Amino acid sequence: MATVKPRVKVPKSASAGEVITIKTLISHPMESGQRKDKEGNPIPRKIINKFTCEFNGQTVFSCDLDPAVSANPYLEFTAKVNEAGTFKFAWVDDDGSVYTHEQEIALK
Amino acid sequence: MTLTRRSMLTLSVGAAIGVAAGMRTGPAAASAEDAMAKVKEFAGGAEPATGTITLDAPEIAENGNTVPISVSVDSPMTDDDYVTSVAIYADGNPSPEVITFNFTPLSGEASATTRMRLAKTQNVIAVAKTSKGGVFMDKKEVKVTIGGCGG
Repeated sequence: MATVKPRVKVPKSASAGEVITIKTLISHPMESGQRKDKEGNPIPRKIINKFTCEFNGQTVFSCDLDPAVSANPYLEFTAKVNEAGTFKFAWVDDDGSVYTHEQEIALK
Repeated sequence: MTLTRRSMLTLSVGAAIGVAAGMRTGPAAASAEDAMAKVKEFAGGAEPATGTITLDAPEIAENGNTVPISVSVDSPMTDDDYVTSVAIYADGNPSPEVITFNFTPLSGEASATTRMRLAKTQNVIAVAKTSKGGVFMDKKEVKVTIGGCGG
């Protein structure tokens, strides 16, 4: 399987109470299950169906993805930072694998 | 029955409509009704109001494989009044569901951006639910030059 590489952009620091923008991108084909190969056989569905973002153990944002999301799913959302800590990101694949990434943020 | 000119005309018109309708629905395309049914299900019976929610999508998408869409909802995002989730639907894709964003008060703002696939020119619908039971909807038509569902 092709390597699935998550890329996340979180500011290095923020002032307390600031709302920051987080951008994430993960390389994944998001095979919709609608396409057919050269012989006309349907290509089985394989997508990332769930994404979650936690900050110090509390859920900040999550989403449920359907096959209509483009390949290499890009997500941009916001988070309110009240304290320094760690963001944990997780992408759940149809086959059960979970791709994770962590990023720390400091207070200004 | 004798075939008069008039009956021939009605027959052929009927056939043409039949063919056109067949082409429009295609093998496995969702219809506007399917999408609206999903919206109703998501809203839990509440009638979605307009306003408060803004869906941003390009008017014309050259490539249906990656159409940037962003949604934002006006909300204080406090512990007792925040947007719980926003669902995006497309009424001309093989299945109407696109993505569901789930927010928490920690999100700070109820806004998110992603990229989606559009099989053809169609309406994209965003529905938001708030913790106070409010349901809001916005709709945009996106014209697609090259479809994005393969096949």
